[in-house]
Amino acid sequence: MYPEQFEYQRPSSVSEAIGLLTANPDAKIIAGGHSLLPAMKMRLAAPAALVDIARIPELKGISASGDGATIGAGATYRELMDDAALAAAYPVVAETCDKVGDPAVRSRGTLGGSLAHVDPAADLTAVMLALGASVTATGPNGARTIGIDDLFVGLLTTTLEPDEIITSISLPASSAGTKQAYEKHSHPASGYAVAGVAVALQVDGTTCTSARIGVTGAPEYAMRATAAEDALVGKELTAETIAAAAEKATEGLGELNGDVYASAEYRAHLVKVLTRRALTRAAL
Amino acid sequence: MVAAPEAPERMVGKALKRREDPRLITGGAQFLDDVKLPGMTHAAFVRSPHAHARIASIDASAASSMPGVLGVFAGDDFMDLNPLPAAWQAGGVTNHPVTPRVLAVGEVHQVGDPVAVVVAEDAYQARDAAQAVIVTWDPLPAVVDAKKATEAGAPQLHEEAPNNIVLEWSCGKEADRVDAALAAADVRISHHLINQRLIPTPMEPRGSIARFDPATGDYTLWATSQAPHVHRLLLAAFVFGIPEQKIRVIAPDMGGGFGAKIFVYYDMAATMALSKKLGGRPVKFWEDRSENYMTTTHGRDHITDLEIGAGKDGSITALKVKTWANLGAYFSTIAAGIPTTLYGRMVAGCYKIPNIRVDVVAAYTNTAMVDAYRGAGRPEAAYVIERVCDLVAQATGVDPAEVRRRNFIQPEDFPYDTGVGMLPYDSGNYELTLDKALEQVGYTGLRQEQKRRRGAGERKLLGIGLSSYVEVCGVAPSKWIGLPGEGWGAGLWESANVKVHLTGKVVVTTGSLPHGQGHETSFAQLVSDRLGIPYDDIEIEHSDTQAAPFGFGSYGSRSLSVGGTAIYKSVDKVVTKAMKLAAHMLEAAEDDITFENGVFSVKGSSESSKTIQEVALAAHVGYDLPEGMEPFLDETTYYDPPNCTFPFGTHVCVVEVDTETGGIDMLRYLAVDDVGNVVNPLIVDGQIHGGIAQGLAQAMFEGAVYDDDGQLLTGTLSDYAIPKASQLPWYELDRTVTPTSVNPMGVKGAGEAGTIASTPAVANAVNDAVGHLISGEIAMPFTPERVWRAINAH
Repeated sequence: MYPEQFEYQRPSSVSEAIGLLTANPDAKIIAGGHSLLPAMKMRLAAPAALVDIARIPELKGISASGDGATIGAGATYRELMDDAALAAAYPVVAETCDKVGDPAVRSRGTLGGSLAHVDPAADLTAVMLALGASVTATGPNGARTIGIDDLFVGLLTTTLEPDEIITSISLPASSAGTKQAYEKHSHPASGYAVAGVAVALQVDGTTCTSARIGVTGAPEYAMRATAAEDALVGKELTAETIAAAAEKATEGLGELNGDVYASAEYRAHLVKVLTRRALTRAAL
Repeated sequence: MVAAPEAPERMVGKALKRREDPRLITGGAQFLDDVKLPGMTHAAFVRSPHAHARIASIDASAASSMPGVLGVFAGDDFMDLNPLPAAWQAGGVTNHPVTPRVLAVGEVHQVGDPVAVVVAEDAYQARDAAQAVIVTWDPLPAVVDAKKATEAGAPQLHEEAPNNIVLEWSCGKEADRVDAALAAADVRISHHLINQRLIPTPMEPRGSIARFDPATGDYTLWATSQAPHVHRLLLAAFVFGIPEQKIRVIAPDMGGGFGAKIFVYYDMAATMALSKKLGGRPVKFWEDRSENYMTTTHGRDHITDLEIGAGKDGSITALKVKTWANLGAYFSTIAAGIPTTLYGRMVAGCYKIPNIRVDVVAAYTNTAMVDAYRGAGRPEAAYVIERVCDLVAQATGVDPAEVRRRNFIQPEDFPYDTGVGMLPYDSGNYELTLDKALEQVGYTGLRQEQKRRRGAGERKLLGIGLSSYVEVCGVAPSKWIGLPGEGWGAGLWESANVKVHLTGKVVVTTGSLPHGQGHETSFAQLVSDRLGIPYDDIEIEHSDTQAAPFGFGSYGSRSLSVGGTAIYKSVDKVVTKAMKLAAHMLEAAEDDITFENGVFSVKGSSESSKTIQEVALAAHVGYDLPEGMEPFLDETTYYDPPNCTFPFGTHVCVVEVDTETGGIDMLRYLAVDDVGNVVNPLIVDGQIHGGIAQGLAQAMFEGAVYDDDGQLLTGTLSDYAIPKASQLPWYELDRTVTPTSVNPMGVKGAGEAGTIASTPAVANAVNDAVGHLISGEIAMPFTPERVWRAINAH
């Protein structure tokens, strides 16, 4: 690879990393690097410096139970897949990580990186929307919590400040043990989501009391399918209600992506089919 | 009495693991990028972002003064070199070859066309400086579609080629006769097929390292090359105008080629010329994947109109094929031979078609050059004829298997002339492979299940695709393929030298060379059996023009059948000479000597014998040789094959199509191939596996896409879908063995068969699954959206 010249810095703490970012506005954070490095190789990105946060101990670690989970932003997909307590409370996380990229990507890519980068075809963005996660962002003025619904605002765009780092991700108790599933149509070359739908349902008997549905791949950035959610809450979870809700899955997603592989029209169709399949698998 | 020597284990036919693999998979190999020379410099090219533009100006002033930069050069600096050669022009017709220069001068014709080159101390500096060269462009309109390129009003690429036409070529019966047969047919089908453009994608991209020696005026070129001797010849005689012996070409270990490393490229000449300009400092160019995708050759890219006439019984009575072949921005080294000799003359496939005609128009477009890619013409031909069989089945209601059976060339028909100018097919038993394949796949049961699912209105439909293929390999008799015939600008023989050294160890030097096929193993197996010398005592040398006498290179599945035969014949000569010497040593008449398992014996006397090692020692030291005999067992053969070979087989693909999403699951893939005799079954199976993966990927995943402005939209491995193991089915392989009489080993060739067979097998399976729901043809690759649209358009 022949990127443009850059400095490489490896801080050992979050505060040191923030200091480096504050000192150099042209620096970029690198964790797993699986989004940034390809862009640098093609000279589409040319940061003056890379601040490598992959080995900062504070960013590691997963603690999970039925009362919620806290995940270090530096946890790799592989680590998320291997955590038994996380898998027990939030099985959709491991299920989804297994569908991310390939073994190399899963061993390097991080949850924090995925959420901060907001690739329109990332997988975990949809899952975190479905689970109602929140992130802790740490900057020069300390830490703050951002709800996942307030994090993504556009293509590759978040409400994070340039010198803020996602340090951890929290999953609420309310989504632990919910009925969860992630359905994905993978791009045959990149493995990215052409469309991906994550669902998390709370039920009382057979009645849906709460529904969160995250959609990725098709919209400009990962979004919730609120019309479909609304169509489920308070209803009996039957094949009919699920099918009816799934028909509403693209409402409010805005203009959908289209490319050589899959048009916007086809992605819209996929979102509906995948929503129905995810809901069916989770609930029935 | 001395015990008779134990018969050594036969090596031919043994599934030996490849002896080259430990080196290749443990980092011990030397690929081009591993070649490090003292004082080596690095070249980076400045490339056109436009598919078609005039170069208004090139300003290298900033780049020239950047750190490490040794020089910046433009096209004018290489005008003492000729354009690259057009080595294979289609036979019997006028060709309009326009080949690339080292750098484009005046005008560019594709994205990535190199217009300037920077040489620097390291590769990073070279690329930084290349980015700083300022080129001013006057963009021109572009055309990317071969058919549109030949229509009135299309943008014109080259003055020398009016209407962008490279050549117009045809083969088979007169048009009138075929038209009459079409008019008389019970069933008439018009159809349109697209064989999409593919990007070869060897794991290792291409590159060159050149070193000029100012003291001798000699060049050494290390290159990713499937044909080092041909590269030497073409660069010396056509580009540089110097004697061949002034250039030595070395091909290091290679990570695949698939045809794309056969050709002469701009960077080979550029690095050589630059090394001379720099007073002899070596110059390296190593393309990155983006450059590989933009500027190394592509494959396929045919647009075809079909007119088919058939009897109600499924017999194919007439076939008229019109194909527009896209050759890209310039004429690549052997580009013209692919859509003509290797495509048109194979369109008949395994069938007797009384009235057949193929017309081909090859055109320039503002895209990457198209040339041979694994299968080279035969996959395009197999796709046409195997789709034809299924179209006839669909139109007549005759089962696809039965259509094939009804039209097959029969075993007693060989040698068989298909009437389209191909050499006579050597041998075959096509029906046997079909029968085996149908039985093993459980064809009748699958058809019942298919019917049941359709009847029940199930969401997942079953499709069964057959592909009975024949291909041509072991290219080729020189007088047929050469200038008097098919237009190839040289011979196509092969050479081999075999030496048995004093120690009894053997060195074979061959003009054939591997880029992943396991030559070192198969060739050693062959020689071991023939000489009775242990396999481990046999070394295979290749890939250096200074070592081998000459070689036309590895492509067209020719290494074993042509290169291997040259080795076989050299071994024969060694044995003949050793026999004479053994007779002398044993004081017996030559007629009384037998040679078996490496031992020369006097007939009827088990005690009088000499091993070949003893004879080799005597030959080498030369103390006591028969009158007139030269010392040393050292024999060379230049072997020109009397015919090509024609492997064949039947592949079956079973798919499940999800009608809701258009997604395809590959349930079964079964192949019954006949490649003649088999030297190493493990290697043959490996070749078939890889071939199937590549052909299946054309049907399912791959496709190079340009937009109307000539921008490559599939320019990275994130966009262009090469197959991954997890996306491929389990392969069920079987074989029949029909030896050829073309060469003494009875071998045919296995390197491309899988690729040729598998694309139509998958295409037929997908069309079979949803054929009743769609009209027309689903274009490859069968992306879920395309299948979904086809189903829902109805």
